[in-house]
Amino acid sequence: MNELAISYDTSIPNNVGLSDDRRLLKALQKWHPNYLSWWQSMGPEGFQDSMVYLRTAVGVDPKGWAKFDYVRMPDYRWGILLAPRDENRTIPFGNHLGEPVWQDIPGEYRSMLRRLVVIQGDTEPASVEQQRFLGATAPSLYDLRNLFQVNVEEARHLWAMVYLLQKYFGRDGREESEDLLVRRSGDEDKPRMLGAFNESTPDWLSFFMFTYFTDRDGKMQLESLAQSGFDPLARTTRFMLTEEAHHMFVGESGVSRVIQRTCEAMNAAGISDPNDIENIRALGVVDLPTLQKKANLHYALSLDLFGSEISTNAANAFSAGIKGRYHETKIDDDHRLLDSTYPVLKMVDGKPTLVDEPALTAINMRLRDDYTADADKGLGRWNKVIKKLGVEFSFTLPNVAFHRAIGEFANIQASPAGTIIDEATWVANYDKWLPSSDDNLFITSLMKPCHEVGQYANWIAAPKVPIDSQPGDFEFVRIAA
Amino acid sequence: MSAFIRQHLIDPEICIRCYTCEETCPIDAITHNDDNVVVDASICNYCMDCISPCPTGSIDHWRVVKSAWSLEEQYEWDDLPEQEEFAEDSASELAEAFDDAANALIAEAHSGAGGRTPAPISAAQASVNLFGRSSPGIGTVQGNYRVTEAESESDVRHIIIGLGQTSFPVLEGQTVGVAPPGVKADGKANDIRLYSISSSRDGEKRNGNNISLTVKRETQGLCSNYLCDLVAGDQVELVGPFGNTFLMPNDPNANILMICTGTGSAPFRGFTERRRRAMPGANGEFVLYFGARTPGELPYAKQLGKLPATLLTQNLVYSREENQAQEYVQDRIQQHESFIQKMLMDENTHVFICGVKGMEKGVDEALTEICEHNSVDWQSQKASMRDAGRFHVETY
Repeated sequence: MNELAISYDTSIPNNVGLSDDRRLLKALQKWHPNYLSWWQSMGPEGFQDSMVYLRTAVGVDPKGWAKFDYVRMPDYRWGILLAPRDENRTIPFGNHLGEPVWQDIPGEYRSMLRRLVVIQGDTEPASVEQQRFLGATAPSLYDLRNLFQVNVEEARHLWAMVYLLQKYFGRDGREESEDLLVRRSGDEDKPRMLGAFNESTPDWLSFFMFTYFTDRDGKMQLESLAQSGFDPLARTTRFMLTEEAHHMFVGESGVSRVIQRTCEAMNAAGISDPNDIENIRALGVVDLPTLQKKANLHYALSLDLFGSEISTNAANAFSAGIKGRYHETKIDDDHRLLDSTYPVLKMVDGKPTLVDEPALTAINMRLRDDYTADADKGLGRWNKVIKKLGVEFSFTLPNVAFHRAIGEFANIQASPAGTIIDEATWVANYDKWLPSSDDNLFITSLMKPCHEVGQYANWIAAPKVPIDSQPGDFEFVRIAA
Repeated sequence: MSAFIRQHLIDPEICIRCYTCEETCPIDAITHNDDNVVVDASICNYCMDCISPCPTGSIDHWRVVKSAWSLEEQYEWDDLPEQEEFAEDSASELAEAFDDAANALIAEAHSGAGGRTPAPISAAQASVNLFGRSSPGIGTVQGNYRVTEAESESDVRHIIIGLGQTSFPVLEGQTVGVAPPGVKADGKANDIRLYSISSSRDGEKRNGNNISLTVKRETQGLCSNYLCDLVAGDQVELVGPFGNTFLMPNDPNANILMICTGTGSAPFRGFTERRRRAMPGANGEFVLYFGARTPGELPYAKQLGKLPATLLTQNLVYSREENQAQEYVQDRIQQHESFIQKMLMDENTHVFICGVKGMEKGVDEALTEICEHNSVDWQSQKASMRDAGRFHVETY
């Protein structure tokens, strides 16, 4: 079988030889209509008949995987696409270091793997649900297209996880697959599994921040799973990462364009003080301090997704060869971590203090640190935009102790600078550090759709290079097609 | 050797440092430090594998330079340097540098063959890179005719361009570059697009010193609309010609199997004219598999209807024809299994595939299946045909 080519000989495009696996095909075909009805009821609201200029993979090789064309979202060819197999690949970490990767799941790791796959799978439809009303207030057709691209690809990532569940986990897997379509983001009775995925995404700033911060957690998780000794999981997540990069792009460039527009508007109006919030808002753009507050919120929520700093689950998954570290193969150590330590920020005598912990149990912490470093670089690029436009302001990431609900800092309050504070100080400063209801009202007031070809809402700049190098006045979505 | 090189650069202002390009590059020409992701000019071979996986549009940037920017220099950038202006007397060298990029585009179009493909042994020697952007050949439009039915959705134009006193020698299967007038948003001249020549080497009109292009109007296509709107008397700047492998065999005994969709038929119109004019009664098979959605959308349908079967065996297939089952070129090829098998095993056979990217996949599967039935491994057969200049792909 040519793994680079995608076959269309069943209703589900795939490069996993689905037509030769009748049992799996049948199971997926049974799941398919339920999936479609989930998409119709929980996918983007109001645009299911629009023609959207989307990219679809027609191959998993570099040249095949980004074919752009107009498509109605319900007709998008969701498929099962795995990165090509490396026949000589060995397990790159843990107790099985150097052994050939597994094509089937070792029995003893079955439940651990199932849990990882289900959690990953649960986040994918959750974000589609969170973002389903955003189309109505899109600042441009270009942004609308980007939103829908993110949505269809997150939904494809659901397919990716469901494929693993159905192929490798028998009846349990089939049941889990159904449950993935039953849970709902923000639903009190049947919520999604992780906190950040039950938060609402009420406006486009939240969407950009979400794709910047929260999807970046997704990227880190996928990167760790792409190291897995269970080869089908590694290959699935490897291909997902190529798609995930676009989601990072939507977030980073989205915020960057908001910043650019704000600074340009300030310059045009002769406002040099970024804290002159009232006058800046009067220009119909988002003041930079409010953007900082949004960043504070989304960064803190995303840190919680990494779980507890010290985790035996994470240690077990690493030792088992199931889930590695970010860029595992590029790390210069023994890849077993039996004797090494890693500095973990903990509360010691009421103060955040770095403590050396066994590196194995500090796997989550390490991934979170890698995440923070990655996220911080993007802020540096936003700051360059501000500087280039001559405005005196710079974004910073809040301290990891700020506004946390999980881990070492769940039970204390800290300022963005990392100072431990009492509850009264926290309450008194809440609106200074996190978006207040006034801030949210203002942001909501800006959320008016701009669906004219080539036009952009006043609060966001046009992209420097639109997607697929199309001209700025390209009709990225034909809404009333 | 040109004194200039065209250097591949990544725009640090747009790049989000996802490193997808670095993961993709098959020869490790892309690397990064804490600040920037950069291309090593001493390694990059213009294979273009990194272009489509980039989510941002930061990857597709080029500068003509006297000496390449080093990795260290690129690491320092916040944005890309401007294109340096060079003196007029460097024009010819600049043109060559530019041609490197046009040839890289062609290399990408040919990549579906799965490896480097030499020209057919009997092909004539092609002239390439005669006219660069700084000194283009000036043509004059002599005619512009629609070659699909007026009521069909597909507006394909046959555009005849006279070259006056300019010598612009071409062979069937070569391409020319056209840059639509005007500048991009960033103030730089529009990029060129490449189009296959659809006339034969002695001219659209015999000895007329003219060429024809076959251009489909794309809804948002800057260059296709420019070309499709040209009227007789308009001037157009041509660069090239380009391409020295996708060429017609000159051997009358060569079997030529041409497989195409849409405007992918352009080079085969040139092949057919050449065969008609220069090799009447040639022994080799000359067979066309040509797919379109409907007869009305098939370019040159009327003209094809007038060609004698003794010249060209035509298989016209339609995927959206009313009251007919969907049929693609690969379906018809499969129907002709025994003929195709015989052709593939014949050392005189040359296969040419031209059309939209992706079509080679369907054809490849059909050929794989046909070969399997005859216990032949198509992939290795293809490789040996390719190495002998007998298997050519040009998709875009």
